[in-house]
Parts: sequence; structure tokens; C-alpha cells
Amino acid sequence: MTIATTDAAERLGLSLRSSLAVHLAEHGHLPASRGRHGSVAGSLVDEVERSGLRGRGGGWFPTAVKLRAVVESSAARGRLSTTRRPVVIGNGMEGEPASGKDAMLLAASPHLVLDGISAAAHAIGATEAYLAVHRGSHLVPGLLAALAERAEATVDEIPIRLVTPPARYVASEESALAHWVGEGLATPVHDRRPFQSGAGGRPTLVQNVETLAHLALIARNGGPWFAGVGSPAAPGTTMVSVGGAVAAPGVVEVPTGTSVASILDRCGGPTADVTGFLTGGYGGAWVPTAGFAATPWDPDSVRAAGGVIGASVLWAVGPDTCPLHEMARVAAWMAGETAGQCGPCAFGLPSVRDDVHLLAVRRAGAGDADRLRARLGLISNRGGCKHPDGTARFLATGLAAFPDEVAAHLAGRCSFGSTRPGSPSSLPVPEARLASTDVNGRDFA
Amino acid sequence: MTARPATQILVLNPTTCDGRGLCAEAAPGLVDLDEWGFPLLTGGGLRADIPGERLAEARDAVHACPALALHLESAARHRR
Ligand code: SF4
Ligand code: SF4
Repeated sequence: MTIATTDAAERLGLSLRSSLAVHLAEHGHLPASRGRHGSVAGSLVDEVERSGLRGRGGGWFPTAVKLRAVVESSAARGRLSTTRRPVVIGNGMEGEPASGKDAMLLAASPHLVLDGISAAAHAIGATEAYLAVHRGSHLVPGLLAALAERAEATVDEIPIRLVTPPARYVASEESALAHWVGEGLATPVHDRRPFQSGAGGRPTLVQNVETLAHLALIARNGGPWFAGVGSPAAPGTTMVSVGGAVAAPGVVEVPTGTSVASILDRCGGPTADVTGFLTGGYGGAWVPTAGFAATPWDPDSVRAAGGVIGASVLWAVGPDTCPLHEMARVAAWMAGETAGQCGPCAFGLPSVRDDVHLLAVRRAGAGDADRLRARLGLISNRGGCKHPDGTARFLATGLAAFPDEVAAHLAGRCSFGSTRPGSPSSLPVPEARLASTDVNGRDFA
Repeated sequence: MTARPATQILVLNPTTCDGRGLCAEAAPGLVDLDEWGFPLLTGGGLRADIPGERLAEARDAVHACPALALHLESAARHRR
């Protein structure tokens, strides 16, 4: 394991609010594209491969493999095909309510992300480039200003356009995002992946904004530099959204492989006895406290410890918070976030929501708990996207991580007297959606 | 009778399926329905291996579906 040094851990400039001038003074221009189109481009994909960069949006998929898949899908089309040239979409939707890293990055270092979009577009020969943040995001004015600065200074080969899909959980899923850019529909697409046929039928690269920021640094400093810190199987630094029972909740950037305990320390340390952790977010997994603090924060180690790194959310549950109540609140919200296209999601999620609610309010019997477990098995692997699977994992791991609390609730007791109102370790659940807005963000007339 | 290796895969598109269950009526041995009336394929996912001797039933399910949510594809196509 590489040992973190403080300066190596701070690459993304999170304490800044960079104008283009500040950004260029700090990082310099992206290396100029030389020679015929494709020569330098190819070398960036190779450099990304050497870096070992994996996607920071939740899947931790190797970025070089994704870049190559888009290039190959484009090359497989005839020269005359009108849908041959790829599209790049920077994903800053951050649908995960417990995550704050993408917003922080876009506020602090917008030009690093935009450089990443530009570099990726060049590398795969894209002719259209977008940055997506959710509708109504407070980031919009700053990003429009950043794009205007870039247009003025002509730093991008192709213009980057800002798009604002509806602020729905599944709208940030990559096929939904490509669907939105191509057709103005924010629903996931089941039968083709974006790299094959995405926005407007073109091969489409959808990358999380943090991934793109790392890519912009790899374009400047090279793959080996990037891989110089962090866990060998998923190197580099990563942003972590830390919340719950810690003194200073917020976003920190650490080398991958940093222990959970050091991450909590970076956030002022736990404020109380932590009873468990939620990892990865609302499609992630709960883990009991025992032993977890020593876990290195990287995809494989977190998985081996029973968690999911996902979008790099780490939430500490304190003793004033009933985990079953939290599960019920989140399940209610996740059920409302179904895109309503698939039966096991549209009907299954409300059913498990009701089951876990009964459990939280101590009205469930053993049979209800068994039915909940059976239903959680039934809704996985059967939707057009992973939304029901994530919700099922969130609930199943929660039941497994807090067996004493489940038993207490079935016996009519709650060790916490339910969650104390205003508890700092209560999970954030966005306001209920306006009933008059559909999943595509359209108003019903 | 020993099952021959699967040559075809029954594939369900969950976003087009509207859950009226005609597939389960046409091929009760291959497709079950869950408590909400949506099809459950063998193995629980969206793709089910179909042994050669059950291919006719799988075709019945495909043809029964008014939403065109089911199709058969050859197993070879999806080998990676
Ligand atoms: S599983 Fe749910 S969210 Fe995903 S496509 Fe189907 S209905 Fe939409
Ligand atoms: S017949 Fe078609 S639409 Fe009806 S339940 Fe079966 S797969 Fe779904």
C-alpha cells in the first residue's frame, strides 16, 4: 500500500474557486494536440490505461476500457454513417442525496472538469460535448460563466454545452443521461448501452465529473504520475462524501486505500459511538461497526468488508439514530424515484417500502420480515436499470447489519426511541417531488 | 431424458412488458408470474437458457406477448 502524503492527496483543488486564469496558472494548458487527428488522441487513451483510472461515479469501471469501447463502436460504423461520430457527456448529476463531491468539485475546479471533457472528446474523436447537472442546481450560473470564459479564450476544440435534466435519482444513470441528451427523455434505456448507441444513436461516453477531472490531470502529468498514490488496483486519489456522526461532515480528497478511520479523522472524528456505516449511498450497503474502521477505502477492500464504495459515500450512524427508521425514510424516497417502466420496480419498490415501514414503526411480525426478505430477492436483476437492485441491497444489508434492532422492533421495542428529530446522523432525503412533474421533468398540464 | 446444452436464450425487456401475463399462460412451465403479475423467468433474471426440447414452448411465450417484450436469441451471440 502506498503511504499517503498530504500534498499528494490534494490534486483536485477543492479549496479553490478557480477562474480560468487561476486554473491555467495552476495547471497550465492541456498538452496541445499535434499532428494528424488521432495520433495524440490515441496516446491519451494509452496514458489513461497506464494510469489505472477507474470511474468515480459508482461503478469504478476502467476508464480506458470505456474510451476504447466508444472508439471501436464508432469505427465499426461506415465512414458515411451519420451517427458515427461520438458524443461525450460529463455526468455531474449527483443523484445520490448523501453525496456532495461532484457539486463541490464543479464549484471549486470547474475548469479541470471541463478540460477533462475536452480531452476525452479529443481522444475519442467526439463532435459533441455536454456537461449535465441537475435542473435547478445552484452550480448553473458558475458553470455558464466558466463556459463563457473558455469560449472567449477558445480553449476547447468543440464547444461544451451545459444541459440540465430533471433532478431525479434515475436520471443520473448513464443510459438515462444519453437518452436525455439525444431525445429529451430522462428514463433509463434497457436494451443498448450508451457506448454502442447513446445520444441520438451515436456512440456515447458518459463519465462522472470527478473521473474527468482526474483524466485532465493524467493528460498533463501522465499515467504513472496518477498511479503514484493509492491502492494498486484502483489508484489515484478519490473524493469521499462523509456524513453523519462526525464533527465536520463534508467532502475530502484522499488517496484510495486510506483507512476509514483516517477518513473519519479528516472530518474531525466520530462525535459519538458509531453503531454502523452506510457505504456507497442509497444504492449501497450498510456495514456493522466492528472492524470496519481499519478498512482501506478502495472498491475491493470495501467490498471484502461487506460494503460498496459506489459513489464514495461514507455515512456514520450515531446512537441517536434508528437505522430501521432511516431505512424506511430512504426506501420511501427510492420507491418514489422509480421511473415506472418496469413492474418489479414500479410495484415491487412500494411493496418493500410498506414492509420496512411496518418494521420501523414496530407493527411488523416475523412473517412480515420474512416477506420483506423474500421480496428483496424478487425485485433484483429484473429491472431495466439497477435502481431496484440498489434499493434491495440497501435494505437487505441494513437488515443484516442490525439484527438486534430488527429483533427489538419485531418485539415492539426500539433501542433508539426512533430517530431523534434533527439528529445529525439522520440521512438526507430530498423533498417529495412535486406531484405535478413526471419523471422526464415535464409538467402535467 | 438429458437436457441438451442451451442453444437459445429467452430475453425479457422489462421496460416494455406491461405485466398481463399472457406469456405465463402460453408457457406455464417456462414463465411464472410474481405477486404483481410480472413474468419470472427460470433463474430469476431477464435472460433464461432454453434447452432445445423446450424451444417450442419458448416460441409460444414470445408469440403470445402483445407488447413484444420477449424474444429469443442464440446463445452464441452473447458469448464474450
Ligand atoms: S428498473 Fe425502475 S428505474 Fe430502472 S428502468 Fe425500470 S422502472 Fe425505470
Ligand atoms: S405477455 Fe409480454 S407484456 Fe405480458 S407479462 Fe408476458 S412479457 Fe410481459
